[in-house]
Amino acid sequence: MNATVDSVAPVDAAGSVDSTVALMSARGLRKRYGNVTALDDADFELRRGEILAVIGDNGAGKSTLIKILSGAEQPDDGEMQLDGAPARFDSPAAAHAAGVETVYQNLALSPALSIADNLFLGREIRRRGLAGKWLRMLDHREMERQARRKLSDLGLLTIQNIRQTVETLSGGQRQGVAVARATAFGGRIIIMDEPTAALGVKESRRVLRLIRDIKSHGLSVVLVSHNMPHVFEVADRIHIHRLGRRLCVIRPGDYSMDNAVAFMTGAKPAPS
Amino acid sequence: MTDNPQSYRADGDGTGVGTGDGAGAGDGAGAGAGNTVAAAAVHAPAHEPPLWRVRHFFHRHPEAVPLFVLLCSLAGFGLALGGKFFSPFALTLILQQVAVVGIVGAAQTLVILTAGIDLSVGAVMVLSSVVMGQFTFRYGLPPAAAVACGFAVGALCGAVNGFLVARVRLPPFIVTLGMWQIVLATNFLYSANETIRSQDIAAQASLLQFFGGKAQLGGAVFTYGVIAMVALVAGLQYALTRTAWGRHVYAVGDDPQAAQLAGVSARRVLFSVYILAGLICALAGWVLIGRIGSVSPTAGQFANIESITAVVIGGVSLFGGRGSIAGMLFGALIVGVFSLGLRLLGADPQWTYLLIGLLIILAIAADQWIRALAR
Repeated sequence: MNATVDSVAPVDAAGSVDSTVALMSARGLRKRYGNVTALDDADFELRRGEILAVIGDNGAGKSTLIKILSGAEQPDDGEMQLDGAPARFDSPAAAHAAGVETVYQNLALSPALSIADNLFLGREIRRRGLAGKWLRMLDHREMERQARRKLSDLGLLTIQNIRQTVETLSGGQRQGVAVARATAFGGRIIIMDEPTAALGVKESRRVLRLIRDIKSHGLSVVLVSHNMPHVFEVADRIHIHRLGRRLCVIRPGDYSMDNAVAFMTGAKPAPS
Repeated sequence: MTDNPQSYRADGDGTGVGTGDGAGAGDGAGAGAGNTVAAAAVHAPAHEPPLWRVRHFFHRHPEAVPLFVLLCSLAGFGLALGGKFFSPFALTLILQQVAVVGIVGAAQTLVILTAGIDLSVGAVMVLSSVVMGQFTFRYGLPPAAAVACGFAVGALCGAVNGFLVARVRLPPFIVTLGMWQIVLATNFLYSANETIRSQDIAAQASLLQFFGGKAQLGGAVFTYGVIAMVALVAGLQYALTRTAWGRHVYAVGDDPQAAQLAGVSARRVLFSVYILAGLICALAGWVLIGRIGSVSPTAGQFANIESITAVVIGGVSLFGGRGSIAGMLFGALIVGVFSLGLRLLGADPQWTYLLIGLLIILAIAADQWIRALAR
């Protein structure tokens, strides 16, 4: 299940893998909704094995950027590259196939379905043999087994009866299920949209550790967040989005949170 | 970055997303993975009040309520009427009387599970039956070909609904309200309000009455229409619970955006559901010919309302994503038991409508109560 997790060499804190190589990049993204220009010539670059935070004021176009990177929406103009090759995601499923997984702010879980059903939604496992081929029968047992293993890998097993419906879980537990889904299918890039916004202090701590854990398995993370302390705590680099485009990219060690907020709101000119 | 998954597992309960179940003794740091699952599963409900557990049970088994009501009403009428009601003949008569509604209800269930509604099911059923009859008698097609044309018409109507709902994104209520009128008018215009008599069908195209055929088991009479209904419900129950398509139907009804983002094509699922509903309505049209013998453009006028009644009493949520096709069958049977039981008691048939009306409102109230668990 976590074939990719196993096959990619873990990166240590110092980042022994060459982390200056762009894993996913975009140039000149444009997106308009009617009269509103959400993205206006936006660039983006995610490097291998890093946690890249994306911050920006409300309406700066962060969500649109994320939707395009995750395949939920398509840009009007601009190009994307994955591993140096041109990429285009016509649907979330296409992004999944390319190894780009997203944990949406609303989590995109189906509340009435079980944890296992949610993990495998859209990627169900069928039985082997005739039952699977002719009757298209699902292998519930196998899916539940894998779901259980995935949740235990993430340290989330303590909470769950895997057949429990998602609506019976707490906010943090749901977040855990969404993260498990994002990492369960060999994704290389995990995009997380405001993963701590709806959570309490304890649950936020846990999600932040999950993000670091994902990185330690060699995956790359895009973290969209409003929470500056969280961003500065985990991010390797910070992409500051303003007025529909990338204003600059900074390293958290080089600037204070106040500075980052000032760049983001336009109170201070961006560093060159 | 020095953390590893193992360390999370160990301290997961202390700091992380706990169940709020402080008494979970088995959840300690040293507990094995398997134990903790069992502990969570067993412990969580044990500390909840009994009402919560009842609610949870119904939440997980949406067909349990209508099944319970069905058994109670069977018992009630059985006590009141004795052998007159509790005979194989009377009980299988109920099945025969609900066969058409049960089949249309299956189509309705699929649509309602996607948080839609299909007001055109009855009209599509009648148009399909008229096409089967007229194509045979007006154009002299072999009955088998005419039946195939009837199914094609049903699928076409479903495809139009599906296109307008899934692609043009119009609300299902409005789309099918319009299609109901269009299809019904087409039905009257095309058939010129003409009924094909039962004797003629029996003599020249008995295939059209196939589902009126009977298998007898002692006093019990099972028409092929009843068998078709049961087989259809069983097949759909399988498809909805055991195949990916079925999971997607529930997911799309539950939250279409979430399903879409998870990689399910909501559009394709909706389209397939409406086409399948159209095909099932055509089957209902064929069964309808078997049931009434003739082909009549005025038959089955209330099938859309009756199918929605069966679905609602059957515990399927009108908000989508919850309920089961077996529940719909129980709902249809409840209506059948009340109709026959009250008729045998000699009551005014209006009592049936009154009681069914009450059941509908109770069913919706129960659905709200059970769904409130979600928040």
